[in-house]
Order: sequence, then structure tokens, then C-alpha cells
Amino acid sequence: MSFIKKPKIDLPGQLANKIGLLKRDYEGVLSTLCAGCGHDSITAAIVQAFWELSIPPEQVIKLSGIGCSSKTPAYFLSGAHGFNSVHGRMPSVATGAQAGNRDLICIGVSGDGDSLSIGFGQFGHAVRRNLNMLYIIENNGVYGLTKGQFSAAADKGSKSKRGDINQWKNIDAVSTAISMGSSFVARSFSGDREQLVTLIKAGIMHPGCAILDVVSPCVTFNNHVGSTKSYTYTRDHYHPAGQTDFIPPTSEIMVSYAEGDSTVVELHDGSKLLLKKAGSGYDATDRSRVMRYLEQQRARGEVVTGLLFINAELPEMHRIYRTSETPMKDLDFEKLNPGSEALQKLQAGMR
Amino acid sequence: MWGDLASEMKPTDTNNPDYYHKVVDCQWACPAHTDVPEYIRKIAQGQFTDAYIQNRESNVFPGILGRVCDRPCEPACRRGRTNEKPVAICRLKRVAADHRAEDISDRLPIIPEKKNGKKIALIGAGCASLTVANDLMPVGYECTIFEALTEPGGLMRSNIPSFRLPGNVLNEEIDYIVDMGVDLRLNHPINSMKELLEKGYDAVFVGTGAPKGKELNLPGRQAGGDNIHIGITWLESVAFGHEKSIGKRVLIIGVGNTAMDCCRTSLRLGAEDVKVMARKPRDFFKASDWELEDAEEENVEIIVNHAPKEFVIEDGRLVGMRFKQVEYEIEHGRIVGQMTTGEIVVPCDDVILAIGQDNAFPWIERDLGIEFDQWEVPVVDETTFESTLPGVFFGGDSAFGPKNIIWAVEHGHQAAISIHRHCHDEDLRERLPVMMNLGSRKMGMHEWSYSNDFDPAARRKMEHVQLSQRFKDLTTEVELGFTPEQVQTEVERCLNCDIQTVFFNELCIECDACIDICPTQCLTMTPKAEEVDLLGQLKAPRRNHEQPMYVSDVLKQTKRVMVKDENLCVHCSLCAERCPTAAWDMQKSSFMFPRAIDHNGKPPTGLDKNGKDACQKSG
Repeated sequence: MSFIKKPKIDLPGQLANKIGLLKRDYEGVLSTLCAGCGHDSITAAIVQAFWELSIPPEQVIKLSGIGCSSKTPAYFLSGAHGFNSVHGRMPSVATGAQAGNRDLICIGVSGDGDSLSIGFGQFGHAVRRNLNMLYIIENNGVYGLTKGQFSAAADKGSKSKRGDINQWKNIDAVSTAISMGSSFVARSFSGDREQLVTLIKAGIMHPGCAILDVVSPCVTFNNHVGSTKSYTYTRDHYHPAGQTDFIPPTSEIMVSYAEGDSTVVELHDGSKLLLKKAGSGYDATDRSRVMRYLEQQRARGEVVTGLLFINAELPEMHRIYRTSETPMKDLDFEKLNPGSEALQKLQAGMR
Repeated sequence: MWGDLASEMKPTDTNNPDYYHKVVDCQWACPAHTDVPEYIRKIAQGQFTDAYIQNRESNVFPGILGRVCDRPCEPACRRGRTNEKPVAICRLKRVAADHRAEDISDRLPIIPEKKNGKKIALIGAGCASLTVANDLMPVGYECTIFEALTEPGGLMRSNIPSFRLPGNVLNEEIDYIVDMGVDLRLNHPINSMKELLEKGYDAVFVGTGAPKGKELNLPGRQAGGDNIHIGITWLESVAFGHEKSIGKRVLIIGVGNTAMDCCRTSLRLGAEDVKVMARKPRDFFKASDWELEDAEEENVEIIVNHAPKEFVIEDGRLVGMRFKQVEYEIEHGRIVGQMTTGEIVVPCDDVILAIGQDNAFPWIERDLGIEFDQWEVPVVDETTFESTLPGVFFGGDSAFGPKNIIWAVEHGHQAAISIHRHCHDEDLRERLPVMMNLGSRKMGMHEWSYSNDFDPAARRKMEHVQLSQRFKDLTTEVELGFTPEQVQTEVERCLNCDIQTVFFNELCIECDACIDICPTQCLTMTPKAEEVDLLGQLKAPRRNHEQPMYVSDVLKQTKRVMVKDENLCVHCSLCAERCPTAAWDMQKSSFMFPRAIDHNGKPPTGLDKNGKDACQKSG
């Protein structure tokens, strides 16, 4: 971390987005994470994505649990709503927030400990309910805040900073989410800004629960030889499965692509995802093939990244519950609380 | 500088002192390369005498220049690129001079008692000759300065009015040099170069300035002669007390800095209505903005688009001046056409011509081997300042025409080196190179030995004497200097451009931390590419192609390169603070500009006070 604030400096020619905001308008307070932390890099990618999408910060709610990762919502979108929940309980609070105000754009930031250990159950149900949110797991394989013990995401056989070898099999957020019927699963790396920004944008606009597992090296406790979550290891085993382009609703697809080599997925707001297979034949819409491919690459120790699975047709929570189109906060009191007479009538109908 | 790059961007050679020197815009712009950020830091720490001495080493006359310098540094100041006004560099120099210890004799160069037997004649006791003496006396030379006037100082004394530059400030700084043992001969005009050369000096330096004011030969010039004055001659007469009054209504022709001195001096000699008549629109004025502002503050009227046509004479006396009113057609800041729209007579009692000046050498015989060009300007080498006659050197305005004091000082430094080499039969062109030291300013985890926090304060405005108090005499100095509070704010506005961001590509783990924290987006990591592609990848578009661009060697993990646009950097150190591996470091650059004494086979002494803790490119 650093102790002086990032100054606001007026330079000529700073770019504003469609709603007239500068990128720094999407920043948050000074980060207190270690210098070089992957999480800060993800924060910058989130800032970039929201700025590029020209989303008004006040239309966003950012949520988190406990851990280094869960500190990060403070470092982006100062103008957004926020909730820092109990350890592992971010999805419950997100569910409530979504239920109350479906117009909010919801981004949850969690870590491998917060989501794959203490909050594993909550994680599963956010996926199962297809809660309309972007769910980022900042995955560094260790408990950084408590000095670097292995987390549930640490690979078997990887080495801790003090030399211990991990004996436990890891929980992989990506294959877990796919097997639980997720509608959007992606993996990225904090050191690949271009891919990360695209996936964040796609995840924000995806109408459902977008799980984005981001390998985010812990420079202090997990960036050594023998680690499988270090900058060097990740770059050496980096394996993008195809490439994704995010195309905003008003833009046309400008690149030419051969039929059969790419898939276009249209999202509900008219934006499109152009999935390029890049010669690998990878098809992110074919669940069983995706699972097989991931298992093959996992066995080789490869870090497969990109938009790995998508099903934009899967209904999200509000559609399943057939809730009101109007956010609950905008409904009249009389409508929300029709009184004891209406209750008695309802109860009478159930007798 | 950047146009000749090979198609693939090569790693920047930061061992070339020019690279980091260019980043210190003020120092690069200063003809004498004063280490501005370093002296501002010394002022910030209250070390006024140190700041003064450091200034003196490069610009010789800090007290004088702190008041009247042409300030090439300020338009270059990086602060000016952040939508703000530049740091008040010039006036901070005055602060150092105002608050220095009374006796600084122990800090001045030591003059050897045993002389080296070489005698140098210097003609004209202005800033150029004085600088040459300042550089040669410590080496052991015997210097004789011949001055036509009764007091030394040259143009600084005769042309700059004392309400801008008080006599005592001038005297003190000239005395520092004369007291080194210079043989100063006042009232001693040189009327023949031939005679001087016959006296057997080992070298002759001509520093006679540009003493001939330009004439305006229009109808009525002869008849109205008594009330038509040549600006610089008139200022000299005022300075030496020969001219004590002027008419109530005065017209100044021309709008350079001399014109500003003329109009303000007129107000102090009894004029009540002073108009500066300009031929062209304001954007084409030669005067510095701050001198224009100071004149306008004193209610001098500046009238544009009036071209002089004739002096109007009635009964043998000047009563006014006729002007053509002109309109200009301007495209992209250039005049492409003009049209006379009318004529007007402006009544006046006196006219002062301030339309330029030339150097003039009626006293140099043309058969001595000193070549002159078609405009009667001597042919002088731009590096060595030697004329076509070996052993005769020119400097200051007399060399290449009117410039300013700070250029004359630099000419003096360079001419002194040449004279030293000439007197020892050494090649004038084999001069020592500029040297650079880099020393880390890292003190601890987040500690830097400089004030790195960006301060958004606006430029402080210096207090002036009230208008009602100003015009009583010639010598009331208008500017009051900075108050301690103003100094405190102003020094913090300096961005410390000399604390360089030094990058070690082999340490970088490509975590993006520096790029994300940079408040100006001046850093980019990008695949190595051809120059044009690479520029297109920058996070913030490149706006100033004069400014250097840093390209690192390839990074270990992805073989990309780190690119930095020096134009945008505010030297806040956040890249280095955020770097987990110290691939970025903040290092103070010190440049050593060799002087005559350094050409003695000893290591350069220039600015090495910082060099003690610094070693070449260390981490």
C-alpha cells in the first residue's frame, strides 16, 4: 500500500465516457492492499469496464464478504451503493438487495476463502438461483489476511511460502459452477487486463449469475517458486480457450469471422458476445464438451481462461419467481402492505 | 529527436545525460542549466545561502536574475501542463538572494595568490565579461575589464531601471567578482582593437553588448529631434542622472521589454499620459507577459494596430505623431495580409523609440583578421565563441545580437573554457562532456527524501508597492518579494522533475500496479511494436512530441515493453511506491556542467555536492 493519495490532476485531453464521466470518477478510496496485489489490478479492470459501459455509479451496488478480496469494493466506484457482509454471506445479502431493487446493477466481490470455504453453500445457491449479478472470485489460493495458509482453491502439490506441500485436492470454482447449472462461467487472470475487462463487461450485462474466477497472485504469500498461483506460473501455463469480444448494443460486429469458427450470443439488452474459437474448436455453449475439455487441461496443469460456458437463455431469479417488473422500492405502500383484510382474504383462500 | 528512430522502438538510452536532463524542463530550458528543483528544495528547507550559492555556480547573478531574468524556465515548467500557471521559479531565486547570509565570502571560489601568468583583457563590464572573470579568476588568471561608463554592470545598470533592479543588488553581485582581484578600469573606453591587441594580452574577450538603438527615419525626425529619444540611450541617460524629466504626454514606439522599461520610467520622470504604440496585435508582442502586466498595472495604455507614419511638427516642435491604422488577416497565428483602414494623429510631448537594438563595432579595425558578415556582425563560433582571429572571443549580445542576461552568462562560461584552453595551446573543441549522477531518494517503505505529495495550490502572486507610492522617485522597488507564507506554498508547487522515475526491466513482474496508480496515465505496457503502433497503444494519447518517450528493454515474463510518456509525469512517486519489486525507483539526477577550472585535469566540481551520495544508476 502507499500512504499518499492518488492526486486528481487536470491534464488537457482527458477522455470522458458517454455520460461525461472521467475514469477517475469510477475510482474509490486509496487501496490498503500490498503493493503489487493482483486484487488492485482487478479493481482497475472493474473501473475500466464500468467506465467503458458508461454506467452511472449510483445505479450500482457492490457487495462483499470478508478477506483481502472483500476489501476491494472500497477501491472502486465510490459513488455506488455498497454492503460489506459477514464472512461468506455476500450472496444472501445480494439476493435480498436484488429482491428489493431489481434495477440495481449488482457486483459481488469475493475470494477463494470467502466463496469456496466458509461461504461455499451460499455460493452454490447464488448460482442455482441464477441471481442477476456479476460474482467475481479473486482467487489467490491462500489466506493472505492470516499470513498465507492454503485455501480450498490451492492446488494439490503446490508449495506454501514456508515450504509446506498442500495435501488436499482443490475446489475449482469454474467446474463447480458449471456442474451446478450456472448460466455464465469464466476464468481470467489479473495480469491479462484486456481479457479481464471484456469478461467483466460481459458479466455485468449477462442476465443472470455470471461467475468470474480470476487468478490474482498474492505478492506477499503466494508468488514464489512452487506456487501455482504466482505471476510466473500463471503466465507459463496460460491457456486462453478462444477469445471473447463484447459488442455494445448500438455497435455492429465489425470484424469478419468464418462461419463455424465463432459463435454469437445475444444478451437481453441487445449487446452481443462474439466467441472466437481461435482454432481450438472450443464451444462455450456445449456443456458436456466444456467439462471434458476443462478436465483434460486441468490434468496438464494448464490455466484455462476465457468465457468458458454460457447459456444466456437460462431464466434469472426474478423470472423464475415471476416478481413484479417494478422494483419493490418503487411500489406504493398500499400495494406492498394491502392490510389485514387482504391478508384474511388470502388466508381464507388457502383453507 | 524522436523522428529518427528506427522502425522498431529501441530501448531508450538513459545513460545519455540528455535524456533525464530533458525531463527537468526548467533546467533544460535555462541557458545556464540552473538546477532549479534542487534550489527550490533548499529554499523549502530554509537553506537560503546554499540555494544562493548553488544558483551562483550556474547563473552567477541570482539576486539580479531573480528580479529581471527573461525566465525561459517558466514557460517550460511542467506545472504549466496541468492546467495551472508555472512555478514562480524566477521570484524564488530572489527569495534565496534576499535571505542569504550577509557574509558569504567563505562560500565564494578561492582565488590563488600565485597567478598563472596569463593576462586577459575583457571589454565592457557587463554580465558576459563579469562571468568570464568569475570563471577565470579562480584558475589564476589576471583579468582586466575595460568599461567606458563610470560604473560597472553594462546593460544591467544602464538599461534596467532601478525600480526593477535596485543599485545595491547590482553592486553586491558585481563586487563578488571584482573583489576576486579583477583589474576594473572604469571610464576607459576602448577605441581601437588594434592598440589593445598590441598590448600583448594572452586573450581578449569582447562583451560590449548591443549598444546601438534602432532609428526610425520618418518625416519630422530631424525637426523634432529634441523630443525624440532612442530608448536604450535615453534609459542610460536616466540611469546616470543626465535626464531628469520628460513631457506630460509620452508615446513609446515598439512593444518589447525595453519599451516596457521606457514607459514605466517615463511615469517616474513626470509623465502622466503614457501610450505604448504597437504595430501589430497583442499575440505578436515581443515583451514578456509579466512585463506587459506590470506596465498595464501602472495604467500605461497599450494601443495595437498602429503603424508610425510621421512625426508631426508645429513651429519647429514635436506636437504629435501620425499613425496608419492597420487591420491584419491572421491564419494559424501568422499574419497573411494587412489593410490600412485610416490615419490618426496622436498628440504628444515626447516620443521614445524602442524598436530594437544592434551590436556595433566602430572601434574594431577591419584589417585585424576579425571577420564581419554582411550585416557588420562578427563571425563567431557558436561552441567556442572564438572569432576568426585566434585569441579574440565574443560573448553576450555582442556575439549574436540581443538576447538576455542569462544567455550572456552562459556565453561567458563557455568563452572562459575556450580562453583557458587557448592559453594552454589546447584544442578549443575538446571540451569535457556533461556528466550525470543518479542517486536513489528512497528512505524506507514509503519514504522518499523529497516532498512527493502533489500540491494543487495555485501560483502565489507577489505583492507590489501601492500605485500611489510608486512614482515619487526612480529607485522605489516595485516588487516586495515573497512573504514566508507565500514561499512555503510556492516551493511545494514544484513537481521535483529532477527526481527521475528510473525503471529496471529485469525486476518487473508485470503486475500493472504502477500503471493503475499513475494519476496521469503516463505508463503503458505493450507488446514491442513499430513506433506508430506503439504510440497508438498509449493509455493517454501523446500530446507533446517535443517531450521524450521512455521505452524499456523487454520484460521478462511476457516480452512486452514498458513505455512512459515523460510529458505527463508529475513525479509523484506512486509508481515506485506501488511497485512490489522496486522495479521503479525515484532517483535524483544531478548534472555536472564543466567550467574553465574543471578543464585542469581535475574531476569536475560543478554540482557534485549531491554527487557524494549518488552513484551511477544504482538501485
